[in-house]
Amino acid sequence: MSTVPTRAPARAHHPTGQPPRAGRRRGKRERHWPAYVFLSPWMIGAVVLTLVPMAVSLYLSFTDYNLFDPPRWVGLRNYTEMLTEDPRYWRSVGTTLLYVVIAVPLKLALALGAAMLLKNLGRGRAFYRSAFYAPSLLGASMSIALVWRALFNDGGSVSHVLDTVGIHTGGWVGNPHLAVYAVVLLTAWQFGAPMVIFLAGLQQIPSDLYEAAALDGAGRWRQFASVTVPMLSPVVFFNLVLETIQSFQVFTPAFAISGGDGGPADSTMFYTLYLYERGFTASHMGYAAAMAWLLLIAIGAVTLILFKTSRSWVFYADEEGR
Amino acid sequence: MNPAVKRWLPHTVAVVALLLLLYPLAWLLATSLKPADEVVTSLNLWPSHLEWSNYTTALDGVSGISVTRLLGNTLLIAVGAVVGNVLSCSLAAYAFARLRFRMRKPMFGFMVATLMLPHHVVLIPQYIIFNRLGMVDTYWPLILPKFLATEAFFVFLIVQFMRNLPRELEESARIDGCGAFRTYWAVTLPLSRPALITTAIFTFIWTWNDFFTQMIYLFAPEKFTITLALRSFVDQSSTSAYGPMFAMSVISVLPIVLFFFVFQRYLVQGMATSGLKG
Repeated sequence: MSTVPTRAPARAHHPTGQPPRAGRRRGKRERHWPAYVFLSPWMIGAVVLTLVPMAVSLYLSFTDYNLFDPPRWVGLRNYTEMLTEDPRYWRSVGTTLLYVVIAVPLKLALALGAAMLLKNLGRGRAFYRSAFYAPSLLGASMSIALVWRALFNDGGSVSHVLDTVGIHTGGWVGNPHLAVYAVVLLTAWQFGAPMVIFLAGLQQIPSDLYEAAALDGAGRWRQFASVTVPMLSPVVFFNLVLETIQSFQVFTPAFAISGGDGGPADSTMFYTLYLYERGFTASHMGYAAAMAWLLLIAIGAVTLILFKTSRSWVFYADEEGR
Repeated sequence: MNPAVKRWLPHTVAVVALLLLLYPLAWLLATSLKPADEVVTSLNLWPSHLEWSNYTTALDGVSGISVTRLLGNTLLIAVGAVVGNVLSCSLAAYAFARLRFRMRKPMFGFMVATLMLPHHVVLIPQYIIFNRLGMVDTYWPLILPKFLATEAFFVFLIVQFMRNLPRELEESARIDGCGAFRTYWAVTLPLSRPALITTAIFTFIWTWNDFFTQMIYLFAPEKFTITLALRSFVDQSSTSAYGPMFAMSVISVLPIVLFFFVFQRYLVQGMATSGLKG
């Protein structure tokens, strides 16, 4: 993904033809230990804050635990309860999936459209690029989430504007059928981040490909379909994976727009919001840990599926030379 | 297509898109200056008069904690996180990018794998650890992990950048007798400045915007961040408090907007080169 221009190829020229090796005779041990010193903060973090917590949360997912009493082993009960007896769990899964399936393609389509637009803009491109990108920096903040709630509330700007064109939705925030779409639109509003990546990808497509296509009589649409899309597919794939993983974990906007409770009628009870409610509000830490593990498995599975399907639609230019 | 249309169409689309995109921000600014009775009555963004008292009310803060205190608290956490991330991630990245050691492949693989790890999997045990250490309701859980390079995104970003640096300078430093640490500190780190700046900016903005971790770990109002203070407005939907609430919102996003204007060149470039999310 790096667009940093490759500077002098590494180790291109060595006067001696060999990389200098001071202290070569003192053996391998000497060359290895500094690396571990450099890595020590990371290694401590990886063990204490990642590996051990992963193991502990796996263990806790088989227990009943409220943070104060010692965990009580319950076997698979958290999992069976979640999957068979908890309609709110399935509701949160449904809401999250609906959100991911709509928000991610919408955001990426806007991002690609905006990137194509900017590419054709010439003058003012840098300005628009920065301006379109600004929402991506602010969108995750509580402030913007509060703005969103006000805009989509009853009597807010959105229902006002829709009223004037004859669509009477009322407030989205209080409507169990519409509240999730307010979150979707907040996500889509932040298309600037993938847009910047698309734009970098577009600018790397060699222009002679377009010239060749034009010579062969390809129109604009044909050029888009036969040059832009395949050449850009690795970037599309990259953005798709990243956005999908992130979307499964959306929290702050759902929290703020619903007033903190996933309402109305659990319609914005996203997976992570329900996890928070179970673990921290209701003190069912074991249950929340089980939810977290199922989330990890789900994200892993979706990523794997995306990678599998990518073979049929992602085109890597350098593969041809192999 | 008519050539004039062809020339102006992209610009027209861009302007319309821009207005739509910036509307929520304009609305935020306008509402923060509106008198209470105008907030919901009209679509008109322009207030009949500028209600600066919204800001004086906002400056009083929430539950007796002034906004300056809230901003100071947030700044302390954000600066701690920036220093921690830049230091620890660049140390780890240097080892991955430049040094040879036996466990390099598996460790690098593990680091990349944690890029995809949802935070929720480690959330509860981390909470238990910090609770045992008596660190809940302090800033340690928000700052300490940054000194341990837990944000793989930035390690990865800096590794990618360092790999593209020419090796010659580092090698001549080694020949001149610099050890790994001198080389890292005096040669590689200064050369990696763009990647370090990107790391610093994104760490600052993400920490500033963070809500979840702060909500979980901080309880005492005097330790609150500006985001946590805004949270107290979440469960009330009365529009009468809109003015002060959005005045406080403006204050809270101001540092990010400022950062954006000062560093936007680095931001957008950093985004494009690394694929980082805002």
